[in-house]
This record gives sequence, structure tokens and C-alpha cells, in this order.
Amino acid sequence: MKSITAFAFYSLKEMVRGGRAYYAWLVCLGVLIWIGVAGFQEQLLHGHIVSNMRDPVPWGVFIGTYAFLVGVAAAAMALAVPGYVYHWKPIKDIVVLGEIIAISAVIMAILFVMADLGRPERFWHLIPFLGKPNIPYSMIAMNVLILNGYLVLNVVIVFYFLYCSYADRPYNKPFFMTLMLLSIPAAISIHTTTAFIFNVLPARPYWNSAILVPRFIATALCAGPALMVLAFQALRKAANINIREEALQKIAEMMVIVLFVNLLLFFAEVVTEFRSATAHTVHMQYYFTGLEGHVDLVGWSWFGASCNVLAFLLLLIAKTRRNPITMNLACVLVFIGVFIEKGVGLVLPGFTPGALGGFYEYFPSRQELMICVGIFGVGTLVFTLLSKAAIPLTFSEPLEWDDQLRAEGSPKVAYRPDAVEP
Amino acid sequence: MPNRERRVRSASRRQFLKAAGAGVSALAGVPGAAKAFDLEEFFQGHFRELSPEEIEGVIRRLERKYSRKYGKPVTVDAVGPNDGVLFGYGLDISRCIGCRRCVYGCVAENNQSRDPQIQWIRVLEFERQDVVRRIDFEDGDAFYDHEQVPAEGKSYLPVACQQCENPECVKACPATATWQEPDGIVVIDYNWCIGCRYCMAACPYGARHFNWAEPGIPPEELNPNTHYLGNRPRPHGVVEKCTWCIQRSRHGRYPACVEACPVGARKFGNLLDPDSEIRYLMEHKRTFVLKAELDTKPKFFYFYG
Repeated sequence: MKSITAFAFYSLKEMVRGGRAYYAWLVCLGVLIWIGVAGFQEQLLHGHIVSNMRDPVPWGVFIGTYAFLVGVAAAAMALAVPGYVYHWKPIKDIVVLGEIIAISAVIMAILFVMADLGRPERFWHLIPFLGKPNIPYSMIAMNVLILNGYLVLNVVIVFYFLYCSYADRPYNKPFFMTLMLLSIPAAISIHTTTAFIFNVLPARPYWNSAILVPRFIATALCAGPALMVLAFQALRKAANINIREEALQKIAEMMVIVLFVNLLLFFAEVVTEFRSATAHTVHMQYYFTGLEGHVDLVGWSWFGASCNVLAFLLLLIAKTRRNPITMNLACVLVFIGVFIEKGVGLVLPGFTPGALGGFYEYFPSRQELMICVGIFGVGTLVFTLLSKAAIPLTFSEPLEWDDQLRAEGSPKVAYRPDAVEP
Repeated sequence: MPNRERRVRSASRRQFLKAAGAGVSALAGVPGAAKAFDLEEFFQGHFRELSPEEIEGVIRRLERKYSRKYGKPVTVDAVGPNDGVLFGYGLDISRCIGCRRCVYGCVAENNQSRDPQIQWIRVLEFERQDVVRRIDFEDGDAFYDHEQVPAEGKSYLPVACQQCENPECVKACPATATWQEPDGIVVIDYNWCIGCRYCMAACPYGARHFNWAEPGIPPEELNPNTHYLGNRPRPHGVVEKCTWCIQRSRHGRYPACVEACPVGARKFGNLLDPDSEIRYLMEHKRTFVLKAELDTKPKFFYFYG
């Protein structure tokens, strides 16, 4: 027990230790969070009327971003699969960082829901035994339960891994492997239940399709790894650690496949909808072509789709995939494209036209955007602090140098295989 | 299906919440502090799990709060459903002239917020031929604005909560804050609703409305005869909807919209009573429901008289 306290103190010390650049970064995040708090204060004072959501479009950027972030959190699994199932070294090393991204994403997702609730202080009504959650019929109740379970699972995995690293003790292989393998179905279930929130509603024909579930998984497996590729390169520079190029390349290769699946499912939806041309097609029409002069989303739809297509091509062609500039551009495009698809392209056309006809065109208000900025600041801060504490433990002083690095003459520190070997 | 459950009590949970509420209230102490954040209300359990004594306590607290806020005596009723009653509603489309008196009568009776404006009844104007073949809501206009109604060649379709027998909103609510009472009315516990608005996404009829801000009702316009599950003044951040005037119908009166309608287009009664007018029209008129393919089984029956 003494060691755990020491571990906690060590981690906290590590989080506050840093040079000027580190503190400048923390201050920037602090500013973002302060903006969010200011926006949230306005919302607490006046109510959700400060948002641009209204009865016809009762969900907006908060729920759209929530769906997007649950997808990102699920994609941490994308690292777990090749890393632990196939025992592939380069990815095994960075799985913990992937889990830390998952933790940050889940925390952000929960914050977005809290910001969206009319009565956030009543969240305890959803806790089993304390409240009265409508399980299993309400998909939001199911999602909240499973999402929190996933958060606990990730926290336990990361904590256990880092603690064993800190205390220099080999981790209990059956226990750890069970947790890692559990995180794979857990990741699938969090995003499946998120998709269920939307697709079980017969009132919203735009969502009421089974294909929403695989589409969610596919887009999650695109956006999550894209973020990870970008974040890990940033970490590599900032923390001077060895994240191997082949690991990043493997992730990029995997993204080609999921991007293809994503584009295929998207193509299937578009063809089905426009060829059947029923009364329900109005929603997709509103999104891609506009209806009766209501064209607010049309630019977004085509831009988002183009991002995905372009990213797919950039990653498909080996030359552009291997070039760091075009690969990173592709990752940024994927992130933007999926965010538009899940944020703008999922929620808003579902509500427009409304249940009794009618158009209400929504765009986030200033306060909503401030709150979004703040929550992203919180998530980035969580990621910063956790990885700051984690990196010295996963990328610690070497007993041997990596041959590749030595050949490159790089001063970067290599991983320490003995401490983390199962 | 969690539709019409009898009241279920969970003793240990109620005791915990009661103790927690009493404990924190004792700690809080200061009378003024309660205005900003009512601890007793915060710890209030789910309405269907409260004992009759606890309900009485809640009623007294609410009556005190509303009377103080609006400067006149407000009563909050908590009367339960009558046995052998399942309410049904009929609407004669051939009579409706789109005058919207039902809309305003409803607002006056049910204490909707005036600012921001909430109206439980939505009246759609159609070209007459558009309601003959099939009702395509894309063709409806909720914001018609004529000097006189009915306008030439137009038909009117008022829509509010359909009080479905298979309600999507009840399935969707994550906190079980909305449920169907044994007499068929789908109700909301405004003290339990977390304001997630999932029920609004789930409702195919756009019948549910959200309090985006603190409701604004001029005290002189407040109807002081309220029901806990119906027309009592709502707080901000919760969902509300038509309850077939539960404060009236459970005492044998018509909903306000039925009484307000000048042309007798609205019919209301007990579906289980073979002599009721609602049963008469169901047996003698060709009734239909909205969005029947969704199988929500509405108890709101439209017909051409």
C-alpha cells in the first residue's frame, strides 16, 4: 500500500514538473477551460435558451460531439487489437497512451452530456439503486452505464500498468491480459449503444436504420487512430520519446481499410435513400441538396464527404501515406470529416424537417461554442497530465539502445523491454 | 413493457434518500439558502415510490412555494386515476376552422410559459386535398396568419400529445421520469426529469416541449388549481406536454380545449364506458390515427364528421 501512495505522489510530482514550454501549454489550456466556464456560467444563469437548440431541434453540437468522442474513445481498442492480440511490439508500447486518449475522450463525452442536460444536478437519477434508470429500454441509460464501466476499465488498466512499471514488478499476466482483451468488446459496446440511442427511434427515419451501428464503429475506427497518430507525433517531439515510425505506419495502413468500409457504408446509405425516394428521403435531401430554400447544411455535407474521400486516397497511395506531411494531412482530414459526419451530418438532418414538418435551422450559439472549447481544453489537460506522468514509466531509461535509433544517431530514449515485457 | 405499472416501493432506497435529505437539510440550516437550491426537492425520490405521507409532504412544500412565488393561494392536487377509466379523444377534422381557441384555452388552463412561449397544441393548415389522400406533414403550415379563418380551400389539423398506448417517449426516457398512468394519460414528474430531451427526439408527433429558460407566467394569469403531474408551474430545464387536463379529467370535467372549441370539433371521454361519446364516434365514424405505421397506438382519433 505504501508503494501505491508513493506512486500517486510520484505521478502528481511528475505532472507539475516541467519547463517553460510545458507551463505555457498548461496556461493555454487554462485559458480554454476558463472560456468554457464562462460560457457554462451563462447557461446556468439563463438556462439552455442561450443555446440555439429549440423544440424542433432539441439536440445540437453537444450531443453530436458526444457521439463523436465516444467513437474516439472506442478506437483506443484499435491499438489494443494488434498490440495484444497479435503481440506486435511497436504497438504494444504505445497502447497505454492510446488508453489515456480513451480516458480523456470519455471524460469529455461525459462533460458534454452534463452540459446538455437541463437539470445536470439530477444525474444521480440514472445511477442504479440510487435512482431509477430505465434499463434496458432506454438507450441513453444503457449507454451511460456502459460508458462509465468502460472508463473504470481503462483507468484500472492504465493505473495497474503504470504502477507495475513504477514499482518495478512484473504485472500479473492473466489479470492484465483479461482486462486488455475485455476492453475490446467493451469498446465495441460503448459505441454500439451510442448508435442505438439514435437508430431505435421510429420517429426519426433518417436514423432508424441498422446500418447506423456499423457506420458508427467504422467512423470511430477512422477518427480515433487519426487523432492518435497526430497526438503521438506531438508527444514524440515534446517528450523526446521513441514512438516508432512503423507503429504509426501500421495505424495508417489500418485506417485505409476502415476508411474504405466507412466510404462503402456511406455510399450504400446514399444509394438506398435516393433510389428508394420515399417520404423519408427529405432528411438526406436537406443535408446534401437543401430543401425549399433551406440550404444551411449543404456546404458542410459536401466538405465533410470530400475530406473523407481525399483522406482515403492520401492514405491508400503508399507514397503519400509514407510522406509525413501528406499522412498528417490525411489524419487531420479524417478527423474533420468524421466530426462533420457525426456532429453535423447525424444530429441535424435527423431533426430537419421536423416530426410535423417544418424547418428550424440550427447553428451553435456563442455560449455553446465556448462550452465546447472549454470541454476540449479539459480533455486535452487530462491527456497532458496523464501522459506526462505515464511517459517516464513506459519510456524509461534504457538498458539497451534501439538499433534503429543508434543507426540514426538519435538522442531519443528507447523503451525498456524488461519492465514491460509480459 | 414499462407502461402502466402499479406504484412500486423500494423501502431501503426511500429511507436512504429521506435520511440523506433530512441530514443535508439540517446541515444547510439557513432559510434563505433554500431558495437558490432546494435540498429537500433535490433528494426527493421518484413519485411512484413515495408513500402517501411523503406525497403529502411534497404537495405541501410545492403549494407553499407556488403560493409564495405567485402571491396567491395555489393548490396542488395529487389525485390518482379512477378505476374503470381509460381516456380517449376524438377530433372532427371537418369541423375544425383553425381558430386556435383551443391553443389559448390550453395555455390559460395549464400554465405554460408565456415568455419563452410554449404551446402544447399545434394547429397545421393544409390544402384541403392534402388531408384526403394521405397526411404529409411536409405540406402543413403551423404558422398561418390570416385575418379570418377558415381560409378558402384549407383544412386544419390540431396536434398535441396522442397519449399513445405504446408510447415511444416512455421507452426512451433514461430516468423513468415519464410513464403511462392506468387511466391512459402519459405523465411527467417534473421533479424527476433530468432534461436530456431524449423523449422529444423519440416523439413522432412533436408533442413534447422543453423549458429552455425559467418559465415566465404573469401571476395574474396563473391558474391556481393545479395537479402534480399536470399543470402545476414547471421549473426550468424539464420537459412538459399535454396531459388531457389531468387536473380536470380526473374530476369528471372536460379538458380545456374541448370546452374552448366553438364548433364542437373536440370529443373526449372514457373508452371503457360503452355509452360515452368517444365510443359512439368510434363505432359510427371512420376514425384514423396519425403515423399509424409506427404502431404507437395513439388514443387520439381523428375523423370526418
